[in-house]
Amino acid sequence: MNWLTNFVRPKIRSLVSKRDVPENLWHKCPSCEKMLFHRDLAANQHVCPHCDHHMRITPEQRLSNLFDDGDYETIPLPEVVQDPLKFKDSKKYADRLKDNRAKTGDNEEVRVAVGKMGGLDVVVEVQNFSFMGGSLGLAGGEAMLTAAREAVERNAALVVFTAAGGARMQEGILSLMQMPRTTVAVAQVREAGLPYFVVLTDPTTGGVTASYAMLGDIAIAEPKALVGFAGPRVIENTIKEKLPEGFQRAEYLLEHGMIDMVVHRSQMRDTLVRLMKLLRNQPRSVATSEGGEQLEIPELPVTVEVETEDGWVEVSPTEGTPVSNENMGLKRAAE
Amino acid sequence: MESFLEFEKPVAELEGKIKELRHMVDDGDMDIAEEVTKLQNRADKLLEETYASLSPWQKTMVARHLDRPHFSHYVTNLIEDFSPLAGDRTYGDDLAVVGGPGRFRGRSVMVIGHEKGSGTEGRVKHNFGMAHPEGYRKAVRLMEMADHFSLPIITLVDTQGAYPGVQAEQRGQAEAIARAVETGLNVSVPVISVIVGEGGSGGAVALAIANKILMLEHSVYSVISPEGCAAILWRSSEKAETAADALKLTAQDLLQLKVIDQIIIEPTGGAQRRPSETVQRVGDAVAVALEDLESTPDADFRALRREKFLEMGKVGLT
Ligand SMILES: [Zn+2]
Repeated sequence: MNWLTNFVRPKIRSLVSKRDVPENLWHKCPSCEKMLFHRDLAANQHVCPHCDHHMRITPEQRLSNLFDDGDYETIPLPEVVQDPLKFKDSKKYADRLKDNRAKTGDNEEVRVAVGKMGGLDVVVEVQNFSFMGGSLGLAGGEAMLTAAREAVERNAALVVFTAAGGARMQEGILSLMQMPRTTVAVAQVREAGLPYFVVLTDPTTGGVTASYAMLGDIAIAEPKALVGFAGPRVIENTIKEKLPEGFQRAEYLLEHGMIDMVVHRSQMRDTLVRLMKLLRNQPRSVATSEGGEQLEIPELPVTVEVETEDGWVEVSPTEGTPVSNENMGLKRAAE
Repeated sequence: MESFLEFEKPVAELEGKIKELRHMVDDGDMDIAEEVTKLQNRADKLLEETYASLSPWQKTMVARHLDRPHFSHYVTNLIEDFSPLAGDRTYGDDLAVVGGPGRFRGRSVMVIGHEKGSGTEGRVKHNFGMAHPEGYRKAVRLMEMADHFSLPIITLVDTQGAYPGVQAEQRGQAEAIARAVETGLNVSVPVISVIVGEGGSGGAVALAIANKILMLEHSVYSVISPEGCAAILWRSSEKAETAADALKLTAQDLLQLKVIDQIIIEPTGGAQRRPSETVQRVGDAVAVALEDLESTPDADFRALRREKFLEMGKVGLT
């Protein structure tokens, strides 16, 4: 024993605990494995600054970055029948619900919020993959219907951030019936002439993809998000082959015409605001409630082709200058 | 009946004995005729009892039975002038889903359903009833056609599920199913669905958005196959039987949950033992359901369908 272990260490420990420092100060990026300081990560909307990996985030983290001044109101969701089948696998479904509620502090896998984006009313639904894999059950169905009703009543656009492994098996056939039920919700928004945006986040599969997630007027995905009907493992087991790299990822879906664009999280809010305004024929900038301050919406990297002496080249219409090779990669996202 | 399911073994043994005895009767040994009749009665009773108390897993086996009548048996025997139409007008034709206009008891209807195929070649041709996006997109096209010409839609559901493959994903399996559900909700004509065999997950619900949903007595309809559920929740596909119990996938459970409207009783020993009779029973039930739907003057079938699905899930099992 020496004085260091006996004296100094406990002293440091007591100092540290007095200041109440939170435990996980550093996060490891699941993609590049670099250690990231939690404050930097939060400031970067949980996108790795080294490799651009978009981490899965909580509903609060998502919502706080979307609305004007981070201001929104959470809409209470209707009570649904709990554990309609009295389902039990290795664990009772009722207990699983209890555990997930304790873990997330939320009653269910979904949150509905209302507020303003770019000065326009908007209803946002966010799924939480950490709550039973975001699985769609009675509660999720009711949430979509609530979100649709709110959108119609407020004459607001609906934005849904999906994240789900699919239907909630523990609710059996009733979870499958949420596919038509959520589709009714989408139809109600459409019939009111309101835009419905879907933002597919990692991962979105199964009955969620095969219903409201694929019915958006505009479908956006976060970079590299896994989006599909059958999960990759199910497919591998069926075809007895390893799947190619990038299969069912956001960029793959874009390439195959399944979605409109892949948008970086840092650009998500601006992209949604811009599209919302275009579809609703609203001016580009609107006065905000506080004293007529103008909100400027940044340009997306859009390119057009013009004929020059060298033939047709791509230029950015705002700059009027040819786009460099490095910028070409961004073009897809704007197409 | 040539093939028996595992749980039918006691019946199979009796039937075997009877067959042997019949041979002896044919050979002129008249004394045992009475014995044969007695045994036959016992076998019949045993079969009836077995089928009166099938477990969910046993029902799954019956629902998947290869001799169970398929889409083609139904249309051959119930639909006159059935004219199957092909293609999704985008990519190809998928024979896992078959459909087209035809005449059902004197009136024009649109019939759409999964076809699992018969025989090895037939099953491969129809991809075991597991559709690619083209199948659902063809169904969308036919539903819209029915709507345009005011033809009632009859769908027959019998699929393990949508095909989980690379091509299917590439061409938008999820979107295709979502659009089929959307179209099923959207049409203004009456729609009747019958779950005739396996109602497997999203691939089934894509063709089961109806004003009246009927189900054969030993059919199953589920969010996931018992094997798939067992693999995920019990981490062992050997727990399929337990998963089948937990999933509540039988017609009887689904009626209690108000997910289906009516059960069509199968002949004793299951649809596979008397296919023609099963087909007729389904035909009769569909005719009654259709008449029932159309007896309401000015019924808004679209609004009613929406309302029906919005009402689902308000009751659990007691
Ligand atoms: Zn990283």
